[in-house]
Amino acid sequence: MSAKGKTIPVLTVISVIVVIWYACVVWMNAPFEYDKAERAGTQIGFSQLVSNTMSQQRPVLPAIHQIADEMYKTIVLKNITSKRSLVYHAWITLSATLLGFALGTLLGILLAVGIVHNRAMDKSVMPWVITSQTIPILAIAPMIIVVLNAIGLSGLLPKAMISTYLSFFPIVVGMVKGLRSPGQAQLDLMHTYSASTAQIFWKLRWPSSMPYLFTSLKIAIAISLVGAIVGELPTGAVAGLGARLLAGSYYGQTIQIWSALFTAAILAAVLVMIVGFAHARVLKRMGQKPEGAAT
Amino acid sequence: MSQAVVTANDLSLTFQTNDGPVHALAGVNLSVAKGEFVSFIGPSGCGKTTFLRVIADLEKPTGGEIKVNGVDPETARKARAYGYVFQAASLYPWRTIERNVALPLEIMGFSADEMRQRIARTLDLVNLAGFEKKYPWQLSGGMQQRASIARALAFDADLLLMDEPFGALDEIVRDHLNEQLLKLWDKTNKTICFVTHSIPEAVYLSTKIVVMSPRPGRVSDVIKSTLPNLRPLDIRESPEFLKIAHRVREGLRAGHSYDE
Repeated sequence: MSAKGKTIPVLTVISVIVVIWYACVVWMNAPFEYDKAERAGTQIGFSQLVSNTMSQQRPVLPAIHQIADEMYKTIVLKNITSKRSLVYHAWITLSATLLGFALGTLLGILLAVGIVHNRAMDKSVMPWVITSQTIPILAIAPMIIVVLNAIGLSGLLPKAMISTYLSFFPIVVGMVKGLRSPGQAQLDLMHTYSASTAQIFWKLRWPSSMPYLFTSLKIAIAISLVGAIVGELPTGAVAGLGARLLAGSYYGQTIQIWSALFTAAILAAVLVMIVGFAHARVLKRMGQKPEGAAT
Repeated sequence: MSQAVVTANDLSLTFQTNDGPVHALAGVNLSVAKGEFVSFIGPSGCGKTTFLRVIADLEKPTGGEIKVNGVDPETARKARAYGYVFQAASLYPWRTIERNVALPLEIMGFSADEMRQRIARTLDLVNLAGFEKKYPWQLSGGMQQRASIARALAFDADLLLMDEPFGALDEIVRDHLNEQLLKLWDKTNKTICFVTHSIPEAVYLSTKIVVMSPRPGRVSDVIKSTLPNLRPLDIRESPEFLKIAHRVREGLRAGHSYDE
């Protein structure tokens, strides 16, 4: 019912975007065609212009079918071990994303636990956590890579560190709120049982924080992917979606840039969906009231 | 006179707030004997809940002395002397009813076998047998509060502290639960301290009614009930019941609680 109710609005939005996109393709790629026609000393008709703008080698804005065609060639047709396969590049980025996400989640949870349980950490850590996110990641990413390289770390880990740097933030913020979400009555109840801090944590704070954790995880996984791509940009990485973006921009390969972008977007959507699915599973196991159920 | 479970001697508690000190309790002298059902009644701010929280070691008194089972509240709490029932059932939504009742047992380290027995016994006591696997949201408000009573009973504390446990429920459910609570008290021989806003509830349930008045919170009257231990619901229409209710009302009025 709800899925059916969503289909038409979603399709409407998509078709509007496609129409605007193609209008932009014609509009933005037209100057090149006019230029070419002028140099050749010929006139170009409108239908010819439209068809030409959609089949340029290096368009300002490639048409969607050109991107789809490029993605089909580089994802499906190429062997996945090939350096030209987007699957290969996506995997390089994904592995850094997942490692960074795991480390970021762990770091975020540990910091949140510390902040909730330790007064000194509560007063001192949060300002630094917030400050860390005000530094532009593009500025700090090359330094992280260089510093880690100097101590002999290269490849996957430095990129993952940038993902970690970005992804621990929503986890800390969400988990501090989540671990503090139990009300005074629930804490009083634990106090009347003379429960230990560890018991209060595992039996009350941790389960209470689950909805907050998963909301944060959704943000963290998407931002981890951004971090991994950013980590590939300034380092002259030879592989990964970031490297594809960079190489594409060096050589004016706009179609290649856009296919890497689309692949990254699809990857992000899939990752967020997986987290969302895990969220639903955990809440179901925790006996959450199904939506629309009578009280 | 049987053994005293709670004794308060000139007990006082003052909260320091930005608007100056608030005297939540001042000069409270009281004794609760074993097996008694004591109700605390009075307007908001009279300190009845605070007194219960002092017994439970959730608040520290600033003056006077209080003993629970002959020791200070902290020692009594650590000895698991009491079960506390809050105004809201505050069951954990992610635990089934039986796992909610198991919560204090897990914390106190009972064996799995012992837990199963106690869960079955206490759920039976509050007439919730058959609802073990349900989640709190699947139960009515009255049933949730019964589950929270079962949770307070599960570890066999002799003292039950109840802070307006039926305050949020409608009158019909409340009557029913009052009746059940009396039966439960009769069966288990617990000592019960019960905070309420309702005069009929206090008179119907109690062997002793403590009338309190606010600013500062103090005891203005202690009324011994002359009603028999066996109390059908329609005892509330008897002249004796009405006489006690009248005295409670007089006590509340004497506390100037309606002037402000």
